[in-house]
Amino acid sequence: MLILECPYCGVKAEETELSPGYEAHLKRYGPGSTPEEFEAYMFARKNPKGVHFERWRHAYGCGKWFLAARCTATLEVFGTYPAQSSAPPADLQAKIKAKRPNWEGYK
Amino acid sequence: MKRYSVFAIAKQAMNYHLGWERAWAAPEPKKHYDVIVVGAGGHGLATAYYLGKNHGIKNVAIIEKGWLGGGNTGRNTTIIRSNYLQDPSSAIYDKALQLYENLSQDLNYNVMFSPRGLLMLAQTHHEVRGYLRTVHANMLQGVQTEYISPAKVKELVPIINNDGPRYPILGALYQPRGGTGRHDAVAWGYARACSAMGMDIIQQTEVTAVRSEGGVVKGVETSKGFIGCNKLGVVVAGHSGQLAEMAGFRLPIEAVALQALVSEPIKPCMDVVVMANTVHGYMSQSDKGEMVIGGGTDGFNNFTQRGSFHHIEETLRALVETFPMISRLKMLRQWGGIVDMTGDRSPIISKTPLGNCFFNCGWGTGGFKAIPGSGWAMAELMAKGEPGPLAEEFSMWRFKEGKFIDESVAAGVAH
Ligand SMILES: Cc1cc2nc3c(=O)[nH]c(=O)nc-3n(C[C@H](O)[C@H](O)[C@H](O)COP(=O)(O)OP(=O)(O)OC[C@H]3O[C@@H](n4cnc5c(N)ncnc54)[C@H](O)[C@@H]3O)c2cc1C
Ligand SMILES: [Zn+2]
Repeated sequence: MLILECPYCGVKAEETELSPGYEAHLKRYGPGSTPEEFEAYMFARKNPKGVHFERWRHAYGCGKWFLAARCTATLEVFGTYPAQSSAPPADLQAKIKAKRPNWEGYK
Repeated sequence: MKRYSVFAIAKQAMNYHLGWERAWAAPEPKKHYDVIVVGAGGHGLATAYYLGKNHGIKNVAIIEKGWLGGGNTGRNTTIIRSNYLQDPSSAIYDKALQLYENLSQDLNYNVMFSPRGLLMLAQTHHEVRGYLRTVHANMLQGVQTEYISPAKVKELVPIINNDGPRYPILGALYQPRGGTGRHDAVAWGYARACSAMGMDIIQQTEVTAVRSEGGVVKGVETSKGFIGCNKLGVVVAGHSGQLAEMAGFRLPIEAVALQALVSEPIKPCMDVVVMANTVHGYMSQSDKGEMVIGGGTDGFNNFTQRGSFHHIEETLRALVETFPMISRLKMLRQWGGIVDMTGDRSPIISKTPLGNCFFNCGWGTGGFKAIPGSGWAMAELMAKGEPGPLAEEFSMWRFKEGKFIDESVAAGVAH
């Protein structure tokens, strides 16, 4: 069972209390973008077997979106952070790197 | 390969059944093959089989990191049907169904195909409209399906509760030719036939990199060293994204866990397949008497072959209302498989940015039923280098072009 701590209200919520929102830090393309950009944004999402950054919503709690760093191969959770971040926080990245020395870093 | 027949059984019976030969060989890899297929699931094995049978290409290796049929092919709930909505889908799924109808004879291996009939329950008005639309589409496609009344549903499935209150049954989409097959036997039958044609099935060997030169594939690095090839077919379901990365591009695919469970065996009580998409559950009875139950997919990327626990409760809660008699059944086993989901819930059978490298993937939650048709189409694509009529709409570039084959309704939860 997946348990994520909501960075806003501090509740350790298990997954039935949360809604998944897939890839975090997406660049959203608008009108005038190329077919390649739309394809990349809408369909060609990251799908790593390992470290992944995702959006989640505390749906049956405070209702807010937040971000989480998780390993898709083991379900280990590295940490959660506010949705207002444009990249994973440096301390979280360092923590992941310590646990996964082969991780190529956030791209 | 010695043929299986009633005479073979009689002959072996005289000899304490000691004379049966191995169904397939366990060779060491050669240095080079005309074709390498990565992944010995149903789709990979069927690809190799039709390469040999339809196109005379027999210098083929099938490389599998685990054991053959140990991926989703050995983990699914074995539903076979072809009542999809869009024309390219019914074409390939119905081709598969037609091949399934004669597959045991074709392979000389009993795949236990059982066209027992399949119902997709309409439990909301939205579903009623959706299924009526599917029946009309199927009529135009020449795929026989019908929309049946709740009374007819009750006649076909005496153990069903039509009245709700939460999920009343308003009708059903019925495909009499649909049914089930034995999933392992499909993999084993194709494997035996491939081995008999002289192909090498190399198990316990993981592909770790794809080697190319000047934009054309040259072979694969594996846990048993480099193996060269002229053409590469990648058929690895949940790991398609990883293999695409090795080949130098990204696929519009995400991997999630889908789970299923089976009950203790009971006496025969339901001789059709029943799917209930609104409540994310479906059920059939295996020849051993177990109720085979399919559950939900997780809503997040996941490579562990088990699903989230709460899906089991959700699925069973809904099924108990629809089939009250199962309320006291014990569940024996639960498991998951990693399914490869595309944005339009349709597969990819395609050339790729890398020359002579082809991908067959994206079957997601519903590709068991497609195995023979998919192998047929993939073999044609690999042999000719260009897709034939079955595969041409399933290109990986359709997402950029906006030419989706939207099956999100027909694929629903399930299969
Ligand atoms: C619980 C569940 C229920 C389902 N129910 C149904 C159903 O009722 N009806 C239906 O039609 N479909 C159903 N499906 C979907 C169906 O199982 C799949 O679409 C189908 O089996 C995919 O077959 P495949 O050959 O493409 O993949 P797989 O059988 O998964 O084969 C892929 C193989 O590739 C191998 N591989 C991966 N990476 C590598 C590597 N690097 N090197 C070498 N080998 C590698 C894997 O080990 C695996 O054996 C279900 C799936 C699940 C999980
Ligand atoms: Zn919260």
